[in-house]
Formats: sequence, structure tokens, C-alpha cells
Amino acid sequence: MVRSKGTTIGDVIIVFICLLLIAACLLPMLNIVARSLSSSQALIRGEVTIWPKGWNIEAYKLVLNDSKYTWSLAWTAILTVICTIVSMVMTTLCAYPLTYDKLKGRKLINSLILFTMYFNAGTIPHYLLYKKMGLLNNPLVLIIPNCLSVFYMIIMRSFFYGIPKSLRESAEIDGASPMRVLFSVYLPLSKPVIATLSLFYAVGRWNGFSDALMYMNERRWHPIQLFLYNILQSVTSIEVVTQEGFMPPGLSDTLQAATVVFATVPILIVYPWLQKYFIAGATLGALKD
Amino acid sequence: MASFARSLAARRRSAINYVRQHWSLYLMLVLPVAFFIIFRYIPMTYIQIAFKRYSIVQSVWEMPWARNNGFEYFIRAFSNRDFLYAVRNTFMLNFLDLVIGFPAPIILALLLNELRLKRFKRFTQSVAYLPHFLSWIIIAGLARQLFAPTNGMVNIVLRRMGFEPIPFLNDPTHWVFTYVLLGVWKNVGWNTIIYLAALTNINPELYEAAAIDGAGRFQRMWYITLPGLKPTIVTLLILSLGHIMSSEFDRPMALGNALVNNVSNVLATFVYTYGIRGLQFSLTTAVGLFQSVINVIFLLTANALAKKFGERGIW
Repeated sequence: MVRSKGTTIGDVIIVFICLLLIAACLLPMLNIVARSLSSSQALIRGEVTIWPKGWNIEAYKLVLNDSKYTWSLAWTAILTVICTIVSMVMTTLCAYPLTYDKLKGRKLINSLILFTMYFNAGTIPHYLLYKKMGLLNNPLVLIIPNCLSVFYMIIMRSFFYGIPKSLRESAEIDGASPMRVLFSVYLPLSKPVIATLSLFYAVGRWNGFSDALMYMNERRWHPIQLFLYNILQSVTSIEVVTQEGFMPPGLSDTLQAATVVFATVPILIVYPWLQKYFIAGATLGALKD
Repeated sequence: MASFARSLAARRRSAINYVRQHWSLYLMLVLPVAFFIIFRYIPMTYIQIAFKRYSIVQSVWEMPWARNNGFEYFIRAFSNRDFLYAVRNTFMLNFLDLVIGFPAPIILALLLNELRLKRFKRFTQSVAYLPHFLSWIIIAGLARQLFAPTNGMVNIVLRRMGFEPIPFLNDPTHWVFTYVLLGVWKNVGWNTIIYLAALTNINPELYEAAAIDGAGRFQRMWYITLPGLKPTIVTLLILSLGHIMSSEFDRPMALGNALVNNVSNVLATFVYTYGIRGLQFSLTTAVGLFQSVINVIFLLTANALAKKFGERGIW
């Protein structure tokens, strides 16, 4: 684009707005870290903004010693890995055959799949089906029913379409079966889309909450978001706070802050990778296939 | 006769060839297709529960029809105050999201496009995309601490500046405002991605020509950048309009509390409370169906409108 002369007042305003945006995104996170590391007295007196006052790691000790919380973190991590693997296998199995133009019935299967994007049965029919299948309160309910996203499948399929057909054809002339072509031609060339979609699925599972709330009463299998939701809900109701009356007032706030920090850290850790890959994925999928 | 037999043999051979080449593809599709049938289409057969009296011992096909030609539960829904509130709130929150949350990323994309320091632009983008990856539960946790009435950072700062503290999450009117604001916070950066991608398709010569003609920054934005974004804007607007009656679940669940129930209950939370917690399956299936049908109608209408105005629809 053409650059006109020098810095103008407009440039300054735009940079200023961007700085405000950066502050708005980062300050809430600094605030919660500061609160989790502050003494409860300082918190109650309203002294804590973005820097901890009265350094205190009591909340972190309590959280790390709480076996239910650490188990919930570990279980969510396990669940996330399993779900990501299952989802990627399913997505590939669905996307790859549909790139074969000559496959009979491809159109039918395509429209069968696309229809589910625009119309779904709703919460209760799903709930009743899982109940009938014995999936309620079964950890599988957190894995299977959402292991294949049409949207991500379309992203992967468009990526496969982008791979030159001549590569496939020459492999076929050499006698390679479709399976062989998938493993030795398509998958090695699809690392970016595999990375992107794995991260999307993983983040989705890590952040997932509603399926566990609806279909999982067994506390053992509660993923971290539901665990956190229950903490946040209970801290606001007075009875629970007084039940655990031995806590000095205000500690519940630091404790809440510490639990939120723990659930956020994994996202922050994978964020650089997310950054690297997701833009391609987001722009690929957002437009019409 | 001989030629007929020959062509038959040829056809059989090609059929055998086809199967030999493609059977493994069908094998791969078995699991995904089974997935869609079991977890997407079988639940659709359960929709009839909306028109039937739910019974735990019978299959959905055997349950008796509900009264009023099967529309008993739709009538009941419309005489339920919580349902009517949920309809109003769903519409209201989505409408506010649309009015405030839809233009925000367009404006931000225009601003980012004007940034000259590439490093700074990249940094701003990285930071602005981050909230998209936080769950609503975590955002609710952040917001509750940030907006706490007595000792939250925002109210501390307000008090220091001599203002009254604001009950961001504890008063219905302020809650709605906070709900929309947090939605913008979470998604404004992420939603710029698609606009920024569309911007790269605008021919740079247009800007050069405009600059030669003496067009200022805002004129270029108005006459070149915005028209360049128009197809993307229309497509995304259709999608948003199509979703005006669909409701998020995590967001109102996480941000809601007992003080703001009358504005935070939407259709999805209504179905959860009355169906999964209250076991009124026929009523809530009816509500879910009502919502799905409205959504499809809105989406079709919006798409037709877009085509009428000469834009590419979404299908």
C-alpha cells in the first residue's frame, strides 16, 4: 500500500486504540494472577489491582494439595489427548474418501453430513438417546458424541483438495491402494492442517463444559471446566463459604483466583502453537467450501 | 448377441475393478457414517416426543399422542412465563451481540490494516486473539474477580477516580451490558482474521490511484477498503441473522447468577433446567424443535435476501 509522508495524528490515534485493546486483553489476566498471590487482608481492603500485595502462595498450596482438583486437571488432560486422537482419526476417515470424485454415493453422504450442520435434534433427544445407550455418567459420553465436527471435516477436505491430483494418480499407477496413498502421500503433506485441527479439537475439549454438566453426574469424571464452574457457583452462595468456616474470609477469593489460573495455564502454554497454525485454519473454514 | 455378452462382460469387469479400487474407501467411511446416523439422525426420530406424552417404559414410536392434536406441549410452553422470558432474552442478547459485536471486528480490522509498524501489528493481533481460546467458565472466573463490587480492580479504579462502584454482574441492566461487553472482548480479535484475509485480496493499485487523486486515509477506507470487505460482511451478517434465535449455553450459564435470572435465562438454559433437571422431556423437546425450526427459517430468509441484493449467499 502507498505510504504517505510522515506520521500523522491518525496514526497516533490508531496506535493508541490498539494499546487500549492490548491492555483490555492482558489486564484481567494480570489481575487474577495478582489476586491469587495476594494476602486475603489486602484483597478485602481492595488494594490489589495488577500487582500482588502481601505476597502469599497459600492458595496455590491449598489447590495443589486438593486431590480432587489435581485429579480433575489430570483427567481433563487425559481426556483431551484421547479425544484429540479419536477426533483426528474420525475426521481423516471421513474427509479422505470424500475427496474421490468417482466414489459412488459420495454426493448422498455429503448431503447427509451437511444437513446436520443446519438442523439438529436438540438437547433432549440427544440426552434421551445417551440414556438409552447407557452413556449417561459414562466417561465415553465425553468422548464419542462429539468426536467428529462437520466444520473441521470440511476444512480438512478442502486441504486435501488442494493437494495436486497428479501425485495421487502417479501413486495409483505404481499400484498403491487408496489407504497407501493416504499414508504415504496425503498425510505427510497435511501436517499444517493436522496440527491446526488437533489444536482446535484439543482446545474444544479442554474448554468443554456443557456436555459434562448435562450428561455426567459422576464427580470423578468431571472435567476441569465443570469442576471450576461448581467452585464458582458455590463460592457465591453463602452457605458453602460458612460451611468451610475455617477459611479466613477473603481466602475464598484468592483460592478462586488460583483455580482459574491453573485451568488457564495449559491454554497459555499451547497458545504459541495455536498462533502459528490457526489463522490458516480459521480462514480456510470460514468461507464457503 | 455376442456383442451384448461382450459388453456385459466388460461392464462386469469394470464393476469388479471399481470395487477393487474403492472398497477400502467405503470401509473408511463406515465409522463416520455410523457416527452421523447414530448421533445425529437417530436423535431426530426422538423429536416426535414433542408431540407425544413421554413415557419411560415405551419406545418413542409407541408413546401416545399428546392432546390438542399433539400440540399440547407447544401450547403449554407458550403459557409458561419462564419460556416467554427465555424467548425474549435469547432474542435480546443475540440482537445486542449483533448490533455491538458485529461491527466491532470490522472496525478493528480497518484499524489494524492502517498500522504501519508490522511488528506492533503482529503483537496486537497475537494478544487480541488470545481471549478466543478461553472458555466461558474461565472468563466468568476472570470477570467475577475483575468486576467484584467491593474489591474488584475495575471498581477500585472507579472509586479512586471518584465514581460510584458499578454492580456489573449483580444487577439485570448492568449484567446485560457486561454480557455483551465480554462477548466483544472474547471474539473481537478472532473475528478480524476473516476480514484481514479479505483485505489482502484488495488490489493495491486502487490505493495508489486513490492516493494520486489525493484521497485521505478515511476516504480510502470508505471508498476502497469497505467496499472490498462488503461480500465478506454480507456473508457473515447472514450467518449472524440466521442465528438470532439460537442460544449459547456456556455463556449465560457461566455469567448468570440468582440476581439476574430474569435476563440471563435463554432457551438453551430453559431446556436444561426444565428438561434435564426437571425431567419435562416433552415440553423441552417441543421448545428445542421450536428453536431449530425458527433458526432454519431465519437462515433461509437471510440467505434469500442476500441473493436478492446481489451478494453471494452461503450456499
